[in-house]
Amino acid sequence: MYDIYLEIFNKLGIPTIFAEITWPVIPFIFVAILLILVVIFLVLMERKVLAWLTVRKGPNRVGPFGFFQTIADAIKLLCKEDIMSKDTNKILFTLAPMIVFAPIMVIYGLMPFTEKFVAINLAAGLFLVFALSSITTVGIVLAGWASNNKYSLLGGMRSAAQAISYEIPLVIAVLSIAVLAGTLNLSDIVVAQSGGVSDGVFLSWNVFSWNIIPAFIGFVVFFICSIAEVNRIPFDLPEAESELVSGYNTEYSGMKFALFFLAEYAAMFIMSVLIVTLFLGGYLSPFSDYLSVILFQNIIHSQAILDIFMHIEQGFWLIAKTYFVIFIIIWIRATLPRLRADQLMSFAWKFLLPLSLVNLTIVAVFKYFVTLMNG
Amino acid sequence: MALESTFKKEMIINVGPQHPSTHGVLRLVMTLDGEIIKDTKPVIGYLHRGMEKLAESRNYFQYLPMVDRIDYLSSFFCSAAFCYAVESIAGIKVPKRAEYIRLITMEFNRITSHLMWLAAFLLDLGATTPMFYAFREREDIVKLFEDLTGQRMMYNFYTFGGVKKDLPEGWMTKALDLCKLMPKMFDEYEAIITKNPIFMERTKGVGVLTQKMATDYAITGANIRGSGIDFDLRKTNPYSVYDEIEFNTHLSQNSDSYDRYMVRIAEMRESVKIIEQALKQIPGGTPEKLKVKSVNCGCKNEDCEFCGFDAQLVGKKLNAAVFKPPAGEAISMIEAPRGIITCYVVSDGTNKPSRVKWRTPSFSSVQVLPELIKGKNYSDLMPIFGSLDVVLPEVDR
Repeated sequence: MYDIYLEIFNKLGIPTIFAEITWPVIPFIFVAILLILVVIFLVLMERKVLAWLTVRKGPNRVGPFGFFQTIADAIKLLCKEDIMSKDTNKILFTLAPMIVFAPIMVIYGLMPFTEKFVAINLAAGLFLVFALSSITTVGIVLAGWASNNKYSLLGGMRSAAQAISYEIPLVIAVLSIAVLAGTLNLSDIVVAQSGGVSDGVFLSWNVFSWNIIPAFIGFVVFFICSIAEVNRIPFDLPEAESELVSGYNTEYSGMKFALFFLAEYAAMFIMSVLIVTLFLGGYLSPFSDYLSVILFQNIIHSQAILDIFMHIEQGFWLIAKTYFVIFIIIWIRATLPRLRADQLMSFAWKFLLPLSLVNLTIVAVFKYFVTLMNG
Repeated sequence: MALESTFKKEMIINVGPQHPSTHGVLRLVMTLDGEIIKDTKPVIGYLHRGMEKLAESRNYFQYLPMVDRIDYLSSFFCSAAFCYAVESIAGIKVPKRAEYIRLITMEFNRITSHLMWLAAFLLDLGATTPMFYAFREREDIVKLFEDLTGQRMMYNFYTFGGVKKDLPEGWMTKALDLCKLMPKMFDEYEAIITKNPIFMERTKGVGVLTQKMATDYAITGANIRGSGIDFDLRKTNPYSVYDEIEFNTHLSQNSDSYDRYMVRIAEMRESVKIIEQALKQIPGGTPEKLKVKSVNCGCKNEDCEFCGFDAQLVGKKLNAAVFKPPAGEAISMIEAPRGIITCYVVSDGTNKPSRVKWRTPSFSSVQVLPELIKGKNYSDLMPIFGSLDVVLPEVDR
């Protein structure tokens, strides 16, 4: 691919240095488009599912089934006046939404959406994901502080406290995955989950080698913590509407608010992708092989076409699993009330942290015996 | 100087008058230390309309529609309180049928009010779904009210000596159907709320209103029954026809927010039973039947089942322009959804009341709030304040 790209530059007579500089940017352009599409669909899905769960109709005026409602909302937000009250710290106030948004975009680049569709394939990808997702908290605290609003400040502080408490069980739960896969590379973690347990008819299905089976407790812990990480009900304290008006983003309007909004939904999607990647076999099909391979290998003999089919199917499996996880998150939102700040803390420290340590022990013992059996 | 103010440990936060969870226009000036509430000062009066003063410049019939606005979530109760007070000054007897219609509408109104409370309370705690569930059922009842009175909120249905209209045809069947449906719906709410661990965590042991505190602040209604004090005017001092109806009052002993929730849910179930009984016992039966029978009967007998006094709608036809109750005073107390509404009317023999005084339950509930919330987490404001079921127009009047 890079060769073709370089060729175009040579033909146009542009120095190759520009090609070298712009080449790494291209995946990010794709990622940005993907992110915006995902968020637009996600917001619509959330509103539709919530409406369905709360005996309403949801958006149904703009376009078929209200399909363009989110686009209309986005245009409205873009056209809105950017209000900044008098005593805000103007630099930090402007910087905060960017700090929240940028790391999430980078995380998109790290995710293995299919076997080949990975913008940045790093050896320490898993580590970087959590390092980056912690930065968003800084942005939220800054937003709370720079707004010069007491509700925003409380929201920002709550966010900081929450992030610190929940990242520890989160990371320990992830540690068990690193133990199981023996690597921090996200693509390798997915590959390590393929193959089933042995060669039987059902036993060779990929489902049985997904990480969720040995690390089920870890999955539960990770799921709860990731809901807390993306500030959703029942852990949406930083923007608790009934208490803090709108929390850290009370003073924000227009595009700055839209960035927070975008970041929130993008983070929700990426956390679901992460759950799928780490515990539910990522882009792998749950069966012994990809359906396209099983169905078409006797009909289509060209490996290249088969590969294309396979990639599409990988994307399909990832998206399907991800939206299933997202559906559960929305379902939780419709069911549960909000926790109190101190209950949130004690839940994290007294319940989730020991649980994640138990999980790590179980997984370590499991891994020891598996290696022992395999010799 | 400037430094000193920067290093202040406590923060004064102004909650309201426009805040998503103050149920209207209450303003709370709170002193927070971190998230711990050190002090709270409720500021009321943002919705003050001078209800008491307005009465003095209007005649009785002109004031009657305004009474509905005192508490827009339970209009029938305010209306009833004023009507009972005026009726006892003027010595007007109310026919049984009118009393039964009053009772049925009041109990339905109690359910709508409690449903509205449930919706707001759970929304304050961050749960969105129960709100839509509650509004779904409330809508059914409000439709019944619309059929009956032509209004969805300010009914203006009661008049001195009875009610303005008879039940429309088919209304009683619809009401009975709804009564059959309601308990299932309450089960549905309880399934999603009552045993919800987060809900229990948020409300159990939070906002403990001790019996002494409750009596000191003159808290009434479901709040005091949640504290284990059996005080229900419908039982202890039955107005209307409550003495002809069997029902229970529900008590709870832990006096926290959770118990107040349980009491209100139980009260809604009890209200359904009351309505069912009242619909069966109503003198004259269905309006269709009553119309035919009263024409055919024509016996002009005072205690006839169909054309006697008790089958009428109004005890005595009053002329609005010349209605002058004799000089005197009267007090009436009604067990409204939020507590006891007291209406005190002084008449000086003219067509305008000389003085009208309202004593409303939410006023006491707001007063007790600073004491309940002191030293608690800021997030506890919602389960405590929400569970007291305060509605602001009633506080300010």
